[in-house]
Amino acid sequence: MYVAVKGGERAIENAHRMLAETRRGDPATPELATTQLVEQLTLAVDRVMGEGSLYDRDLAALAIKQSRGDLIEAAFLLRAYRTTLARFGAAEPVDTNAMRVVRRISSTFKDVPGGQVLGPTFDYTHRLLDFSLAAAGTRPEAPVSTTPLAGKLPRIGELLEREGLIEPVVPDAGDAPVGDLTRESIDFPADRDVRLQNLARGDEGFLLALGYSTQRGYGRNHPFCGELRVGRVALEYVPEELGFAIELGDVDLTECQMINQFKGSAEQPPQFTRGYGLVFGHAERKAMAMALVDRALRAQELGETVVAPAQDQEFVLYHSDSVQATGFVEHLKLPHYVDFQSELVLVRGMRVECGQVQAEAAE
Amino acid sequence: MTALTIPTAAGLAEPALASQRVFRQALEAMARPGTVVGTEIVLAPPAPLSRAAGALILTLADFETLVWFDRAAQSAADYVRFHTGAPLAAQTADAAFAIVADSTNLPPLTAFALGTDEYPDRSTSLIVEVESIAGTGPLMLSGPGILGRRPLGVHGLAPDFWHQWRTNHRAFPRGVDVFLTAGARFVALPRTTTVET
Amino acid sequence: MSDRQTKRAPTALADRQAWLGTLARAPAAALAEAWAGLNPKPGYRCVRGPETGLIMVRGRAGGTGQRFNVGEATVTRCTVALDDGLTGTSYALGRDRERALYAALFDALLQDPARRTVIERDLLDPVRGALVAKESATARKAAATRVDFFTVAREGSE
Repeated sequence: MYVAVKGGERAIENAHRMLAETRRGDPATPELATTQLVEQLTLAVDRVMGEGSLYDRDLAALAIKQSRGDLIEAAFLLRAYRTTLARFGAAEPVDTNAMRVVRRISSTFKDVPGGQVLGPTFDYTHRLLDFSLAAAGTRPEAPVSTTPLAGKLPRIGELLEREGLIEPVVPDAGDAPVGDLTRESIDFPADRDVRLQNLARGDEGFLLALGYSTQRGYGRNHPFCGELRVGRVALEYVPEELGFAIELGDVDLTECQMINQFKGSAEQPPQFTRGYGLVFGHAERKAMAMALVDRALRAQELGETVVAPAQDQEFVLYHSDSVQATGFVEHLKLPHYVDFQSELVLVRGMRVECGQVQAEAAE
Repeated sequence: MTALTIPTAAGLAEPALASQRVFRQALEAMARPGTVVGTEIVLAPPAPLSRAAGALILTLADFETLVWFDRAAQSAADYVRFHTGAPLAAQTADAAFAIVADSTNLPPLTAFALGTDEYPDRSTSLIVEVESIAGTGPLMLSGPGILGRRPLGVHGLAPDFWHQWRTNHRAFPRGVDVFLTAGARFVALPRTTTVET
Repeated sequence: MSDRQTKRAPTALADRQAWLGTLARAPAAALAEAWAGLNPKPGYRCVRGPETGLIMVRGRAGGTGQRFNVGEATVTRCTVALDDGLTGTSYALGRDRERALYAALFDALLQDPARRTVIERDLLDPVRGALVAKESATARKAAATRVDFFTVAREGSE
């Protein structure tokens, strides 16, 4: 029960001013420029774009600065901002095959055509704190190869497809409507388009834990990272007034193709199946977790028994959104004075009744 | 999708602010049926759209709302599509909004989307151009949003419109809602309104 | 790439697609400078925008399968009409309205064969050159991180 309570305006106003001062920190330390965040906290910026479901690095950086580095709060700010803008339409699906990669690895085939390109990765670092970073003024430079990478790198799946060892990817009808959970609420069972959209904007921590749970045996599906690619793709859009596709610029994306074992069913022989992850920016952990959970959520479609949380559509899709989750958990901070009063009255009444019953029993 | 010719006429200046103002007026008009509202929005839509009809459709339509144009309004279709992104409705029954420039040849109201008992909102809102509207006249309106009765004068509607309106009203909760527009003025007739002629 | 054709494109469709893609990626400063260098400047008015909105980014399951929505991106667009009747349109990622206006103006001007050569030379070619150089540098750095596997002979094997 919610009852309007007056008062507190001054306190709230002052709290916001205190927040502003606290956000700024010690004025003796130079203030952060949002461009610094865009250039140097790239992965935080990318995470906020992904979970905020809005590709705009400058806005994500501003949101991070405003939220004092609280990335969920920052995603919340982006989600709120996007509601103030009109949608012009939908872009053509991105062609990740044509991605200009900065990183592309496969853990299933050593000699993948195009090679294993490590790119800017934390893998193989020793996770030792680098104290040289505490001092300013470093200008590291990456080595440059004399030959650039090949333009298009073939997909790992294509290699297995030739032998029929993996389920084929079925393209959809070009004019089929695409489910959009920002316009219509989710119906269950949810189609894969809606599930993937939900996961793409879902909380990284939640998806990581769910993906991990499948590996530990809760809905096990024996995953291999068939391919992980990070890079840049052109975004194409067909404005009605032009009638042909134009490029709006480039977006950075991370794509993960998970390859999973499948025992086969009455209709299908044993083969590999796929889980898919595609996320804004450089977000490997998120893309991998998304692919694991996408595969787990295909349980029903593949005739597997739904036994684990990661396979349960309602459980996953209703709890993946950090903004929804934080809203409901954190709303408990707001005044519930009247609810609690009614609970108090109820518990007191029950205790009185309980006492009477005991007294009668003792007589 | 038919090709779109880029129109020469501009849309709403400051679209966010202007459309908020128009939306507020449309809301007021729907809440108080029969009240004649004058829009002060600066807009020069192509013929045959009136300023009021132009302001309303630019405010209400977007890339997800199908808009149907009667034959007389076809010349304004590209203008609306270009500025709102709204797709064309092939049939009246598909339309979220309909622009009727020739009110004497209005299709039967039952040809538009009437919604369902579960989703009465999935119905067409019509914007019908008329010659004139006035806060006085022979029509007497009553129903939700009207204290007692409210007079209204409308010129330029087909004679059987009010007969159709009675049928539309009886279909509640299904039915269409109508904006009548003339110049810079408009008036709303939600399906809940009874009109005595 | 869409196979839809425009009926009214006064120049070859592929050319216009190419320059619109370049204008969308051109640094705002380069557009502003090129506009400042125009003499005489054409008269124009904005038919729509410049305005910022959203475009839904889409992917395909498995890379080539069912389409799905990844999330939205901010996009700014503008349509201008020059006094001589040509119209120009721009769409670009981000929220820079000034640059959307310049891009639309240059799209209109590029449709004028008399103007095109100069704009190609003074604006588009340098911008394309810079974009290619930047991409190539990134690709070469990535290439330097490509693994060269070599087989280690087993100890004691013959």
